[in-house]
Amino acid sequence: MVENKTVFNIEELKAWYGTKQVLKGISLKVQANKVTALIGPSGCGKSTFLRCLNRMNDFIRDFRHEGSILLNDQDLYSSDIDPMDIRRQVGMVFQRPNPFPKSIFDNIAYGLRIYGEKNKTVLAGIVEESLKKAALWKEVKDNLKQNALTLSGGQQQRLCIARAIAINPEVILFDEPCSSLDPIATTKIEELIEELKDDYSVVIVTHNMQQAARCSDYTGFFMLGDLIEFDDTKKIFTTPSNKLTEDYITGRFG
Amino acid sequence: MTRLERNKLADKLFKVVAICATAVALVFLAALVIDLIYDGAGRIDWSFITSFPSRRPARAGIIAAIAGTFWLMGLTALFAFPIGVGAGIYLEEYAKKNTFTKIIEVNIANLAGVPSIIYGLLGLGIFVRTFRLDQSLLTGALTLTLLILPIIIITTREALRAVPSGLRQASYALGASQWQTTYSQVLPVAMPGILTGTILALSRAIGETAPLVAIGALTYIAFLPESVMDPFTALPIQIFNWVSRPQKGFAINAAAAIIVLLCITLVLNSIAIYLRHRFKKRMRW
Repeated sequence: MVENKTVFNIEELKAWYGTKQVLKGISLKVQANKVTALIGPSGCGKSTFLRCLNRMNDFIRDFRHEGSILLNDQDLYSSDIDPMDIRRQVGMVFQRPNPFPKSIFDNIAYGLRIYGEKNKTVLAGIVEESLKKAALWKEVKDNLKQNALTLSGGQQQRLCIARAIAINPEVILFDEPCSSLDPIATTKIEELIEELKDDYSVVIVTHNMQQAARCSDYTGFFMLGDLIEFDDTKKIFTTPSNKLTEDYITGRFG
Repeated sequence: MTRLERNKLADKLFKVVAICATAVALVFLAALVIDLIYDGAGRIDWSFITSFPSRRPARAGIIAAIAGTFWLMGLTALFAFPIGVGAGIYLEEYAKKNTFTKIIEVNIANLAGVPSIIYGLLGLGIFVRTFRLDQSLLTGALTLTLLILPIIIITTREALRAVPSGLRQASYALGASQWQTTYSQVLPVAMPGILTGTILALSRAIGETAPLVAIGALTYIAFLPESVMDPFTALPIQIFNWVSRPQKGFAINAAAAIIVLLCITLVLNSIAIYLRHRFKKRMRW
């Protein structure tokens, strides 16, 4: 595995919901400007892991963790770190498209406005740029005032990606972004993820192994709270070193 | 009789029972309204609406009571809305979920069921006696505020809880603070629900007689209130006064005043229904 710049350095991450342990000591490095996919059967802890990376687990009562997560050498969970600051550096796209019930423009401008950007020209510029990067501009450029909920599911998800891009994060996390979309919309999102890695580092959780194989550079296989194997995607899908990984990717369980 | 036939019969029977139950409620309501209209509709004219009360039933009117009712409604809304919504937001979005907040929760639900006369006595003790606000509009409005606060707090919490969690997460994931999330994303979605609850609570409040009687609201007012410290009367008080008079003319006045009060309540409830309808249409995901 060729090392280049590391954005996330996670060491011995353990996590609990109440008394139930969901992560049993995960160590893994996320490379800059690469797509890292996390696969594994339901309930294996991959989403919990993802949500540790932008501290979205803070909202879950009884959540507890041990171990360290370094984002560019700053400890994500150290007491002088503001989680709101982390979430601006680490954006997130959710399983179900969740646009705000506002106009397309306002959806994207929201992240900028909450940090005090009021200049209309600046806002309009970033909205256009974000929509272009999310491959949605051509479809919506004449209807920016339209309510975002009138868009199709696939368009809504691309809007959510544009919304995440607009605040210019360093990393974008995808939590099963295509699980509620049809195959055509899914293809569009996958192509988009490929392009996004030029500017951002991407971590994607997916149920869909083909998706991981198609659009990621590195793949981690999770099972029952353990990281079973982590390597180049090509290696994972052709010559996995662990029997469990092989059984999973060949569809023997999962 | 086969099993199928028996099932069909039971089905029909249940339908009949359900229709009867509905009919009982509707028949009594219809009887009340028809009786009121029969007695009072002929009495409602411009002079009835615009006259002050009088010893002679034919010359008496309800302008002071209507003015009092609208003053009360406005002031009560002014006090109850911000306090109730604020408390609801705190309890639902900020407060830690522990035994203490659970006790508060149960007590608020209980307060919503406390008889209104108790609130009247509370108002008498606090606002009339301790704060020396006398039998003023302010006393009346503050007492009604106490009465409807629990309802507004509860509906606010329910409306906030109905907002999909995905919306909050989307906002937090963009680095928004809790207040930014609540104010710009959650509240706008919950607002129609909150408004509906507030209006329904207000329409209950303006029909309340007992608490106003307890704080000693006057029944004979021959002027329009000009400030919140003025004494007042309200429609339910006026009605209560008229029905307790022996003369037939006052009974007719009372019926007419009830029709006016019902109309005001009906308008308020229609607004609430309209808002709820819009709420349903807007939130699709």
